[in-house]
Amino acid sequence: MTLETFRIDDRLIHGQVVVGWGQPCGIGFLVLVDDAVAASEWEQELYRMGVPPEMDLYFDTVEQAARRITEYRDDRRTGMLLTGDIATMARLVEHAPGIGAVTVGGIHHKVGRAPRLRYVFLTPAEGEQLRALAARGVTVTAQDVPNASPVTLDALLAGDGSG
Amino acid sequence: MTSERRRAVVAGHGSFAEGTISAVAQIAGLADLFVPVTNTGLSLEGLEDTIRARLRESGARIVFTDLPAGSCTLAARRIARTDPGLIVITGVGLPTLLAFACGGDLSSATERGREAIAQVEGPRDP
Repeated sequence: MTLETFRIDDRLIHGQVVVGWGQPCGIGFLVLVDDAVAASEWEQELYRMGVPPEMDLYFDTVEQAARRITEYRDDRRTGMLLTGDIATMARLVEHAPGIGAVTVGGIHHKVGRAPRLRYVFLTPAEGEQLRALAARGVTVTAQDVPNASPVTLDALLAGDGSG
Repeated sequence: MTSERRRAVVAGHGSFAEGTISAVAQIAGLADLFVPVTNTGLSLEGLEDTIRARLRESGARIVFTDLPAGSCTLAARRIARTDPGLIVITGVGLPTLLAFACGGDLSSATERGREAIAQVEGPRDP
């Protein structure tokens, strides 16, 4: 197996990731890409405590993740890479060629964001960021849990939060 | 009577908090000890703000959460980092909340929760 999923989720590591995806998909390692978390031992410890001992957890800045992406892809275990926002994922896509698909797993309500799916709220600028990712050849879908059907980018951006 | 008792925030996924508090009310009638918080629709930041607000409004100094790896636990632990004396207890189910509601101290309520987990099997086929 390899690094299979590139997920945007503003909760980063939480139940849906560790249990919802981790157990049925046999995820062996997680890569959390976030410049602030990579600089904070306390934040890293917070996230480590939520991860079972059999699952490795790596913390990278965008630059570090771009340098290590081949190493992660060569890993024989199934892995998931997470960013907390679209901009961070877009920077990673720019610096680490070959990322073919990105999943929006959860972007929640904040002032200025409109509901698109039950678990995705976007500002107009964030919608454009996703379009820009797609324009680079990345397949962008939304999917919160493994047994849900992926939602295409067009359907996501046309959504009103009821889906 | 309950106004003299310690209150607690219960935070969890979906309707976990409302559901378990409703169950406590049905069994022991002490639901007003608990303040529910759901993570539904909230970012980690939004969840942290919501739990912080419920603590402030209720005067609660305890947060019960459902899942150690869950966003509610992460948010509560972030608050506890800068709020000395705040206690976060995770992996909580109905037995723990009931024991707390019925006057148990925190350690015995937690122990009740642990003890309540059991596997029961029917007779095997001959």
